[in-house]
Amino acid sequence: MEKFKKIESNAIPLPMVNVDTDMIIPKQFLKTIKRTGLGKNLFYELRYDEKDAPIDSFVLNQDKYKDSQILITGKNFGCGSSREHAPWSILDYGIKCIIASSFADIFYNNCFKNGILPIKLDESEVTKLQNAAENSLSFTIDLENQKISYFDKNINHEVSFELDKAKKTSLLEGLDDIGLTLAKVNHISDFENKQKSITPWLYSQQIK
Amino acid sequence: MSTPKTLYDKIWNDHLVSENEDGTSIIYIDRHLVHEVTSPQAFEGLKIANRSVRKPHFTLATADHNIPTTNRDEGISDPESKLQVDTLEENCKEHGITFLSMSDKRQGIVHIIGPEQGFTQPGMTIVCGDSHTSTHGAFGALAWGIGTSEVEHVLATQTLVQTKAKNMQINIQGEVPLGVTAKDIVLKIIQTIGTAGGTGYVIEYTGDAIKSLTMEGRMTVCNMSIEAGARAGLISPDEKTIEYLEGRPFSPAENEYQSASDYWLSLASDDGAAYDKTVNIDASDIIPQVTWGTSPEDVVSIDGLVPNPEDESDETKKKSMIRALEYMGLVPNTPLKEVKVDKVFIGSCTNGRIEDLRAASKIAKNRKVADHVNAIIVPGSGLVKQQAEEEGLDKIFIESGFEWREPGCSMCLAMNADKLKPQERCASTSNRNFEGRQGRGGRTHLMSPAMAAAAAINGKLSDSREI
Repeated sequence: MEKFKKIESNAIPLPMVNVDTDMIIPKQFLKTIKRTGLGKNLFYELRYDEKDAPIDSFVLNQDKYKDSQILITGKNFGCGSSREHAPWSILDYGIKCIIASSFADIFYNNCFKNGILPIKLDESEVTKLQNAAENSLSFTIDLENQKISYFDKNINHEVSFELDKAKKTSLLEGLDDIGLTLAKVNHISDFENKQKSITPWLYSQQIK
Repeated sequence: MSTPKTLYDKIWNDHLVSENEDGTSIIYIDRHLVHEVTSPQAFEGLKIANRSVRKPHFTLATADHNIPTTNRDEGISDPESKLQVDTLEENCKEHGITFLSMSDKRQGIVHIIGPEQGFTQPGMTIVCGDSHTSTHGAFGALAWGIGTSEVEHVLATQTLVQTKAKNMQINIQGEVPLGVTAKDIVLKIIQTIGTAGGTGYVIEYTGDAIKSLTMEGRMTVCNMSIEAGARAGLISPDEKTIEYLEGRPFSPAENEYQSASDYWLSLASDDGAAYDKTVNIDASDIIPQVTWGTSPEDVVSIDGLVPNPEDESDETKKKSMIRALEYMGLVPNTPLKEVKVDKVFIGSCTNGRIEDLRAASKIAKNRKVADHVNAIIVPGSGLVKQQAEEEGLDKIFIESGFEWREPGCSMCLAMNADKLKPQERCASTSNRNFEGRQGRGGRTHLMSPAMAAAAAINGKLSDSREI
């Protein structure tokens, strides 16, 4: 996984609540066997009409947000299906940071596996950032110092955010989770031996 | 005496491999269910890193999400879906994982076949790249949905790195009135706590109304834990659980069954165990429920009205209500029972089990599906289908005018050919009424199998108790 670096970009305002993963990437795009190439279909049904033509009013189709790396949205973002195609499509589009007042658990977790930083802030704070995003101001996301900053009318605004230490390290260092766990393979073997003696039926079950 | 523990605490403790320096824990995964949509990239990841599957025999695979429910003999006509299913089969062959193919009568929706095969057992940790893995919690197994990166992690290590969730108790006191089902209970729960109410928690369902549910009913409740925001839902194992599992293909053998059962019963939450949050709901207040909007929390009783956004004081909520009503093509204050439907879907991992089909068949028997309605029944597995046919349910449905299909996820997520057209309205026993979920522009009303069957007969949303 790529290391998470400081982001400087304007932000896409999407003030909707309960945005579900079906909305982020509809099922017809889940038939792929690859992780890449999903960005063009991100928010497909909000973004394109029934003839596949871009819907001008949708924020992703507005020129000024073309290269944004940040998405600011409403509470319970990413609810629904566990499909990792949701963060894959977000990342493939170029978004590396999502700000909301809350996220659904599975989606939140999936973000970190793909180098995306989801930031939880109070609703009032998110609303302020939404407004700044509407004005296409530029934001800096500094994960190292856990700070979001932006200039509005020559005043520098700084917002701190909380993040679990393990998740922060994993993003900053682009860690290979599986490799880290496999380094503890002896613990896993020990556990299996212990479990086999306590609940042996888990190990004698045979597929017929 | 040791501190009283919840079922969740006990399963967590029994699966703790090690605690990492950063506060996370490595948790052992006893069983892994795999399907075609969320696994190809995981197997590809293994190949790239030159890693193998640690416990192929703790893994069970099948194709369910994008397979056809008609003309199975002709195979899969959609090339992308076919590639995904073929890829799963090849990956399973390469790694020695049991794969139940479309032609195997044991094939079906992962969350139906796990319990049916006895692959699901109390006290286990079970994962799958599918959010409705919470279904298996009905057995007192800690089961949750994961993304593809974690699928790869489990394949390679048979563990996951986790942070412990909080405990929530949802206590359904008393008994539900006659004609009220598990689906009505869980819709009521989601309405009560909201779709983010369970975020960060594992929910344990308790109370007399839960205890008196069959295992099928318990699965329906646990299945929709994710719609309440919780990754996992649990019900403490009891005699019903033990009875259900006895003699199933993967269940512990006869000589081990007693000790397994003793262990399972010991897992039930202790009296006096502490929960971080408790929600009480009175069962006697629950009547058949339906959704009116595009979020599973948009629930009303069948005798109610389409809500009016003008009555909502919260501006954000009001806005999303207006959007939902527009999408759903509904006018505020319309009685639910006047809403006409075009399609009916009975099936899914929520309600595709034998008991669900029996409930629907009772309504369908000696009645006809309304002329303007297209109604399909999709059994959850080949074995559910077989049993229903042995009981003659297929004939009842076909005589009534329902279509009798092959097992799979079908119109719950509409990845295969079964989908709604724009503006079509569907009475559905599935679990999500999101915009576009059953097809672009499609309008979904979630409800129980009896309620969906009643909607098929009357051609509009109806109270199954009045038929």
